[in-house]
Amino acid sequence: MASIRLENVSKYVCKKVNLKINDQELIVLLGPNGAGKTTLLNIIAGLIDYEGSVFFNGEKVDHLPPQQRRVGYLFQELNLFPHLTVEDNIAYGLRARNHSSEEIKKRMDELTKIMKLEAIVHYYPKELSGGEKQRVALARALANYPQILLLDEPMNSLDYQTSKHLRTEFRMMQRRLGITTIYVTHNFYETEEMADRIVVLNGGKVEQIGSYQEIFFHPKEAVNNFIGSPNILKCAAYRELGLGLAEVRCGDISLLVFGEGKRISEIVILPEDIYLSNSRPPGPDINRIKGRLVKIEELSSSMVYCTVNTREVSLKVKLSKEVFDSMRPKVDDEVWLILAPRKLKFITENNS
Amino acid sequence: MKKNKIFHLPGEIIPLLIFFSLWETLGRADLLPWKILFPPFSQVLTEFWYLTTSGILGPNLISSFIRVVIGFSLGSFSGLLMGIIMGWNEVINKTLNPIISLLYPIPALGWLPLFMLWFGIGEILPILVIFICSFFPVLYNTFAGIRNVDKNYIYVARTLGASNIKIIYTIILPLALPYIFTGLKLEAGMAWRVIVAAEMVAIPTGIGALMMKAESLLRIDIIIVCLIVLGIMCLSLEKIFVFLEDRLTSRWR
Repeated sequence: MASIRLENVSKYVCKKVNLKINDQELIVLLGPNGAGKTTLLNIIAGLIDYEGSVFFNGEKVDHLPPQQRRVGYLFQELNLFPHLTVEDNIAYGLRARNHSSEEIKKRMDELTKIMKLEAIVHYYPKELSGGEKQRVALARALANYPQILLLDEPMNSLDYQTSKHLRTEFRMMQRRLGITTIYVTHNFYETEEMADRIVVLNGGKVEQIGSYQEIFFHPKEAVNNFIGSPNILKCAAYRELGLGLAEVRCGDISLLVFGEGKRISEIVILPEDIYLSNSRPPGPDINRIKGRLVKIEELSSSMVYCTVNTREVSLKVKLSKEVFDSMRPKVDDEVWLILAPRKLKFITENNS
Repeated sequence: MKKNKIFHLPGEIIPLLIFFSLWETLGRADLLPWKILFPPFSQVLTEFWYLTTSGILGPNLISSFIRVVIGFSLGSFSGLLMGIIMGWNEVINKTLNPIISLLYPIPALGWLPLFMLWFGIGEILPILVIFICSFFPVLYNTFAGIRNVDKNYIYVARTLGASNIKIIYTIILPLALPYIFTGLKLEAGMAWRVIVAAEMVAIPTGIGALMMKAESLLRIDIIIVCLIVLGIMCLSLEKIFVFLEDRLTSRWR
């Protein structure tokens, strides 16, 4: 496999990008639309001209056409060849490189088995479901034994369940094959279970590089705006309750979390993961917080930000205009917040 | 499927039967002053049988057919080739497009007087006219088809290691097929229309020439026989392309 190094790479929005990706690493390239993510992938694959240099395993590859870079590329639209069956799509690269028919057959058997495609090899792309198309496109990208795999928002068109399942499957396979991978997404949630490191790209510039925890808990200003200004709470006290549960005190509120037996130092929750209610919510009094609405900001025509304070803690809540209008809360109103335990992210003292 | 066919057939046959009966009645009615210029359907059928068995229709039809096949094949093949080259290479496209845009609108028959002087009256003349008539539309449709192929398919094929030539014949051409067939279907009928005109003006053999001879002998029945044969030929050639297109693209489209 290969390490990748970009040196002062420029094209379109990307300006003098420098980046080093280790061998066998899975990097998630995160950024809003128009940040230059796809451009960077196209540069690495050699599909467009660019300034600067790209190195694979320390060797310059700028002069190599895409055919010789040994890069597997999964495009955002997948672009399965509509006139070829699943089998012919996957074998396309092998045939293009003139592999022998026995070799092709062996590789096909391997790939269709790994990707669970045995039953649909004779289907045409129009006959496949979204998840199947995804797997076929991935099998096709992997068929040629690429040294680098580039995935451009591959889960965009899939429903949440399918995409989560495929991400997990893909991550396991990537580890097993040890293939250096760049996974592009604009969805911060997709990064959590995947990335070795996250590279946040904005306006063609690398804003921040770090692990999921580092980016989530200590985002730089530009990154903060993009991932949605998470609420960060410092934890003062921690108590194990058994069954994997723990109680954490942050200021004057106490929260129930799914702990890992390690002391939690900080808790983070995104504004969109907090529910707001203008009356006392039914159910047990767990992770329900009473506070006072102190500020209402209209984010856009469809989203509203509410800031809710308890005596010691301030939390931002993001809610849709529709929900906001159905409750019509006013500043100084007493409101309740619900923080779902599964949505709470935390830093334990060991990895902070 | 079967059920469909049974119900479908009378649907097409009944209007034709009505049409032919009306024709027969009008042709036989003494009321019409121009009876001599309007033979009944039965007379046309009899003449058709006579022309076929006496060996007049066959050779003329074959002459026209061969001209159409040669002119159309050469014209569409060259159009296809040129369309691919222009669709693929921007420099060649920019160079040739102005010239082709200028020549394309000229009606194929407009070239006839010029070709008569350049090449004389002979077999090459109708073939050239058909060549012109099929070349440009197939070129433009192929060009449009190639330009319409999503660039990402080409990118994918490149990253998978395919050479440009391989990309053209394994990805671009198959994906451009629907467009190419639109051109072929249009021009298959057009080739027959053009050949008749060319034969009427300049060539002593072929269906067009037979019609001109019939006209000078006031043989309306022969003219109608020729028109019916032409209609069938146009339709059959178009149907062949419809069938081919269906076979080649319906599974994946």
